This record gives sequence, C-alpha cells and structure tokens, in this order.
Amino acid sequence: MTSDITERAWTPEQEGSWDLATSYRLCESFVAGQVLADLADHDDRIAVLTADLKFSNRTRDFELRHPDRFVNTGICEQNMVSMAAGMATCGYIPYVATFASFVGLLCAEQIRTDLAYPNVPVRVIAHHTGISLGFYGTSHHATEDIGITRSIANLTVIGPADAVSLTEALRQTVDLEGPVYFRIGRGRDEDVYGRTGAEFEFGRLTTLREGGDAAIVATGVTLAPALRAAEELAREGVSVAVVDAHTLRPFDAEGLCELASRVPRILVAEEHNVYTGLASACADALVDGGVGGVKLHRLGLPVDEYALIGPPTRLYEHYELDAAGIVRRMRNLLA
Amino acid sequence: MRATVDAWKPAAEEPADLVEEVRDLALFIRCETVRLIGIAKSGHFTSVFSCAELLAALYSGVLRVSEDPAWPDRDRLILSKGHCAVGLYPVLANLGYFPHDWLDTYTRVGSPLGDHPDMRRVPGTDFSSGSLGHGLSIGAGMALGNRMAGRDESRVWVLTGDQELNEGQIWEAAQAASHYRLGNLVAVVDRNRMGLDGTTEEVMSVEPIADRFRSFGWEVTEIDGHDARGVLSAFAAVGSEPEGRPKCVIANTRKGRGVPYMDLSRTWHLGYLEPADAEKTLSLIERV
Repeated sequence: MTSDITERAWTPEQEGSWDLATSYRLCESFVAGQVLADLADHDDRIAVLTADLKFSNRTRDFELRHPDRFVNTGICEQNMVSMAAGMATCGYIPYVATFASFVGLLCAEQIRTDLAYPNVPVRVIAHHTGISLGFYGTSHHATEDIGITRSIANLTVIGPADAVSLTEALRQTVDLEGPVYFRIGRGRDEDVYGRTGAEFEFGRLTTLREGGDAAIVATGVTLAPALRAAEELAREGVSVAVVDAHTLRPFDAEGLCELASRVPRILVAEEHNVYTGLASACADALVDGGVGGVKLHRLGLPVDEYALIGPPTRLYEHYELDAAGIVRRMRNLLA
Repeated sequence: MRATVDAWKPAAEEPADLVEEVRDLALFIRCETVRLIGIAKSGHFTSVFSCAELLAALYSGVLRVSEDPAWPDRDRLILSKGHCAVGLYPVLANLGYFPHDWLDTYTRVGSPLGDHPDMRRVPGTDFSSGSLGHGLSIGAGMALGNRMAGRDESRVWVLTGDQELNEGQIWEAAQAASHYRLGNLVAVVDRNRMGLDGTTEEVMSVEPIADRFRSFGWEVTEIDGHDARGVLSAFAAVGSEPEGRPKCVIANTRKGRGVPYMDLSRTWHLGYLEPADAEKTLSLIERV
C-alpha cells in the first residue's frame, strides 16, 4: 500500500546492512509510537512532537491514531523542545522524539532552562543514542548525554534496554510531575526482559541475573551482551550478577551500595563515554554511601576519543561492548 | 487595575481615562524599577524604561487576566526579554498576585523575585525566562496548546527585545508559528535599537525586522511604543483567531526613555545608582 521505504517490512537479510538484526520483534523505537498512541486513547493530555523523523522513530504510529495531538516541527529541535514546554503549561504531556545527538546535546540548554528549571512534564525520547548510528559518524553519536542529563536538577533520566522495558518506563512515568529524558537505542535491540516486564520498576536497579563472584551493572544496549557474557562466565564456573541500571537519575544509590557490599567487584558497562556516565553515577553512590573496598571497573567509550565509524556491531566489538569484550574485561577484574 | 473575569473587556476604544491609566502605570513602573534596583544595587533600568508603556498597556485592559493568576482561559504573557521583569513585578503585586512586601525583598537571598522571572516562584509569571531567544518558541507552544485544548479566546503575548532577534531560535519559532497558523500568538518587539555593546545595527543588524517577519508569514504592525494611545489602539486592533497569521507588533521605543540622562544612553543597560542619585533620578522621571 505505502511506497514509503520506512514502512516496508524488511527481511532480516535486508536489515543485515545495519548489522544489528538481532531482534526482529518490536524494537524500542517501533514501540514508543504505539505505546504512546495506546496511552493517548485514554489520556487526552498526551501529545507527540518530532523533528522530521516520524518514520525513523515511528511516531508516525501515533500520528495515524491521534493526528490532532501530533506536531512535526521540522528540523528544528530547539524550537521543538521549547514549544513542548509551552504546551505543557496548557495541560499537555508532550513527548518529543528525535536522535539523541540532536536533543541530548543540541538542546541541552532548552532541556535545562525550559523543561527542568520550570519543572514541566515534557518527556524527551532521545533515540539512536550512543554509537548506534555507527557509520553516520560523530555528529550522530551521543556518548555524552548521560553526563549532561544526569547533572540537571529536576530531570528524570531513564535508559531502557529493550522494547518491553521501554514500554514499562513510559507507562510508569506518565504522571511524573517534572520532565523525563528517555535514552534509548536504535531499536531492533535484543530482548532482555520477559514478555511482561513485570520486574521493571522505575527508580530501582533491576537484577536480571543473580551472581556472587562479581556483578555487571549496565544500561541500555549493553545489557544483552552483559547477560551473554554472564552466561559464558557461568560455564567457566564464575557466577556473575547482571543488574540493569535503567533509571540513571534519580539513581538507586542505596541499591548500588547494597549490591557492592555483597559483591564488591563491579564492572560497569555503558555505551557512553566512561566519564560522567553510569560508572560515575556508581562511583558517586559508593562515595556518598561510604562503601569502601570495592573494585569498580569502567567499560565504555574511551575518555579522549571520538568513536570510529563503522557498522555498530563491529564498533561494539572494537570497544569491547559486546559479550566477548565484557568477558575479557570481567576476567581482568577478577584476576 | 484589578481586572476580573467578568469585568474584563477588550480595549476596543481607548477612552481618555484608559490612556491616562497607561501613562500613570508606566510612570509607576519606572519609579518602582528605580526603587527595586536600589535594593539589588544593579539592574536593567533602560531595558524596562523602553517597554514601560507596552507593559502598562498590556495590563490596562488588553490582557485577559483575572484575580486568579492561573485562570486557564487567561491571555498569557512571556517576557522573552526576561531582564525587564523588575518592571513587571510591581504590576503583578498591584493585581494582587502576591503581597507588595515581596517587592522589598527583590534579589535578596531567598527572594522569589530575581532579575529574571521564575514561574514557580512568582504568581502571574506565565513562563520562566532569561535565556534570550526562547520565549517565542514557548509562546508558540502555548498558542498551539491553547488551540488544541479549545481555548479559542486566549491569546499568547511574547515581549521580545530587538537584539534578541539575532537568536536563531526566534526564527525557528517564527516559521513554526506561521506553519501552524497560530493566529492567537502576538510577538511584541521592543525596538529600542540597542544591545549591550552598542546599537543593534552596529552589533549585529536586525533590520529589516518588519520584512523579516512578513516574509515568515506574519502580520506586522509598527507603532510608537511610547505613545500610550497608539499602543492601546494597536493592541486592541490585534485580532485573535485560533487559526490565522501570527501577529507581530514592532514597537519603536527608546532605551532609557523617561529619564533624560539615560535616554538613548549606551552606558545604562546595566547600572547602579547611589541612593542620593536614585532620589534625584526619581525626581527626573518623566510621565511620557
């Protein structure tokens, strides 16, 4: 029916050009438009804005169901964020969706000054975060957005790992008073949670796998390889816990300290610069909580380097953000 | 001064007493500005003086406001040039939105009233501002939100500076307002011809403002921003329609107007007056 290539059903082989066709079920960005459309069926406060990306992020699904509450601002991200702030004062809960690099970085000041400082209920869906846009290059990568957003007062920051947890995150935060920044992947990300996502609880670390020798604390797209790494290590007789730090702000410091007290060897894995991201949040929590004697290793993008270009999975391999890399880094930690 | 929902009437005509009310209120705004900046010991005198008649006219029967600052059907005003807030606070206190003695705390530790307005602390402030260039986007979002919510009577007024028009986001908002046909959005440009470093045309030219807005699809009116009668009638003539061309009123003003030695001065954008000088300045303030 439609001639738009973004609405065509792709085969996994065709998807292979992205080298990320690991999941062919609903992906994160697919699911956001649908979940918001579902929520909007029963909640007339919900509106969606995007910046000329409605097919890429599938907010088109929302537009089809609720055209009167859908706004395309064109390639105009700063205006989009500020407009959403104005709409929020009129009783709406606007969700703005675009690439993380063009909102988490480009609109950092609008997020701080127009959303967080006045504490209005705008939700930012920053998709294709990290290096998930691979060969599109540094302009399209967002490896600093956790650092930026987690230092903004009033702002809630959530990095769901898959479609199910994103769905839960969206549902559990509809009524939050202030703004939320959702940091999500490219979509087509591997399933990490079960079908229901029942274990996902906003604001708390979620233990996806128990383990007593060490723990991997991860967020977003690194969760799936972390689970595979833990499985491989288990075959070698090493018991590794895997913990999803989906809520990056407010950070579950208590949960982290409790984990570190039980398992004082922690590898933090994140698709973000190793400065200011999840590893820093963990270190902050341990310092504030007075938990000493913890071996904390950081795995992420190098401090002083912009990522290479290339297909994303090759890049994850290169930066050791795949299962094999996480296994190697865990062996270092345990050595 | 104290409008109520029932009492609010559009200022379709400007009876002589309304013109006098604007002049009186503008004089009050200038005097209070000098007094409050005396507490802060630093402030934007001239940026307030250029828009004193504009603020006074808006609160003399133009804005649909009520005793409840959160009345959902109200007209909204965003000070995109947030640094003129010191001139607005006394007006909001007069409306009964907060006690007059708040004014005496202006800029002191813990005060709700700072150099730039905070909507979470100051009742009657429709949005927090201070970072130039944001206000028109926020206003466009409000205008769109009001229309989506069926509040067709409500207008959104955005007071911008002129040097502020250098900000790219202003033009992002201008194109969005036109694209979405926000006939309920009014941009009032305080064309006082000066930025911080010199005249607007020296610093970074903004002309032709009218043609720029027109080319973005806006309806543009140019007025003398110090002529109370002209301002009232121009504001009254600004129609409101939920869907139509957004409106721009370019108010030609003079930075520092009302105090002869500050009028068109390059040095008073941000300044401080010793108490004795403040007294003297109060006696010099003209009723424009």
